[in-house]
Amino acid sequence: MLELKAIHARYGAIKALRGITLEVKEGEMVALIGVNGAGKSTTLATIAGILRPVEGMITFLGESIAGKPPEAIARRGISLVPEGRAILASLTVEENLRLGAFIRRNHQEYLIDLEENFSLFPILKERFYQLGGTLSGGEQQQLAIARALMSHPKLLMLDEPSLGLAPLIVDQIFDLIKTLHNRGVTILLVEQNVDRTLEVVDRAYLLNTGTIQTSGSASQIRSQVDIEGVYLGDQKRD
Amino acid sequence: MLTIDFLINTISLGSLYAMLALGLVIVYGILKLVNFAYGELLMIAGYALYVLGGLTISIPWFVIAIFAVLIAAVVSYLTEMIAFRPVREKSLTAMLITSFAVSTLLQNAALLIISPRARAVPLPDFFSQSIAIAGTDIPIRNILSIITAVALFGALSLLLKYTVLGIALRAAADDFKLTRLLGVPANLVISAAFIISGFFAGVVAIFWTARTASVTPTIGAAPLLVAFVACVIGGMTNLLGAVVGGYLYGIVYSLLSLWLPQYLLDYREAFMFLIVILILLFRPTGLIRGNTTSERVG
Repeated sequence: MLELKAIHARYGAIKALRGITLEVKEGEMVALIGVNGAGKSTTLATIAGILRPVEGMITFLGESIAGKPPEAIARRGISLVPEGRAILASLTVEENLRLGAFIRRNHQEYLIDLEENFSLFPILKERFYQLGGTLSGGEQQQLAIARALMSHPKLLMLDEPSLGLAPLIVDQIFDLIKTLHNRGVTILLVEQNVDRTLEVVDRAYLLNTGTIQTSGSASQIRSQVDIEGVYLGDQKRD
Repeated sequence: MLTIDFLINTISLGSLYAMLALGLVIVYGILKLVNFAYGELLMIAGYALYVLGGLTISIPWFVIAIFAVLIAAVVSYLTEMIAFRPVREKSLTAMLITSFAVSTLLQNAALLIISPRARAVPLPDFFSQSIAIAGTDIPIRNILSIITAVALFGALSLLLKYTVLGIALRAAADDFKLTRLLGVPANLVISAAFIISGFFAGVVAIFWTARTASVTPTIGAAPLLVAFVACVIGGMTNLLGAVVGGYLYGIVYSLLSLWLPQYLLDYREAFMFLIVILILLFRPTGLIRGNTTSERVG
């Protein structure tokens, strides 16, 4: 479904990615793990079109998307939920969700999707007319994910969805990710919380200083992390 | 003395300033660009009035006025597409300089093609007539500018609140990158902002040129400054701030005209800016604080 071949990307003079090659198959849930600064978020940003790769190929459903603007990539069915509860704070929950459905433009379907989202995220129904900025951290993260789902993404990319959330909320978010995966949503997940992540994903890539250090099934990566004592950095669950 | 005509004339002036400021800030909110070519949009609308009014076939005034406004909106869109879009991803400085270039270019085009001298714009009779309200004569033009401003603010609010494009415009001012990630094309919101901006400049042009019934190549300079100062007073990140700033500018300016002794009247602008400095000392981000970020977009 998604394929990256030898992707290089940089922030100004800083080389952030040095030849990332990875693949996500339809229906899979794949994680990118690694220490801070390993290039996980940069990889997602490059796929989503926020950052242009300097070198390499990105193909999605057989079509090259490298260097395309973010709106064009969103239209092809890739949805990124950026790090840090990326909601539109000055818009209401309703408006956030309406923009989530921007590329679909069908009011009837919008209403159906809305109901479905309410069943997944009951809190959003309660908060429907509130400004996004007035929601709690966990609610904002739910809104960000719900908004992404409104576009019916073929590939959902989540960047640190559990970051900065209370343990109870983190459980909820992981349950939600599992539910989405069971429904057949293809997911590419970036997480600091390696233990929890390896419990839910099918496969994982371990990144280090902008390269893929190792890859494999969740259990393979699990044992490698344990046996070789791969340092995964700050794993505190704050 | 605060009479009814003073009140209406002040609100009328404020309405023009508020419309000007709104047109400037709607682009600033999304691109973080102070468009220095904004005054020239007003000039273009003024010359459109002059040219259309001078045609041998006589067209009703209000048709001419509508055309002039539309031309300003179209020119605004064209400057965005031709001048700003190619440099948008470079740097904010590049865009600022581009806006100076567009301003100079348009001004010189007017000098070359038309004339450095003032040209008459057509005015309908009712623009110079007055009606009696509570015993005082009020120029119809002033009442009309208030009604126009209120109607346009209402229409813009509805657009921003209830249409998907409007929601996208507000979202883009809040977080442009995120808005694009949702599939909203950058060109769509930026073009829309420029068209709305040009539209407001065009509407103001009708009232602005009516003061002297003429248009000159440099007519845009004063309204640009007014719009800029009004935005700074009100807060650059917020449409409401621009409107409040515009009205406040109008009120303070009128009061200065009323209260300053004759020999200081020429220094009205100096007093105006003194007040602006005082406001900025206490509220550096303007009176109305937006919740938008100040990060610029490419």
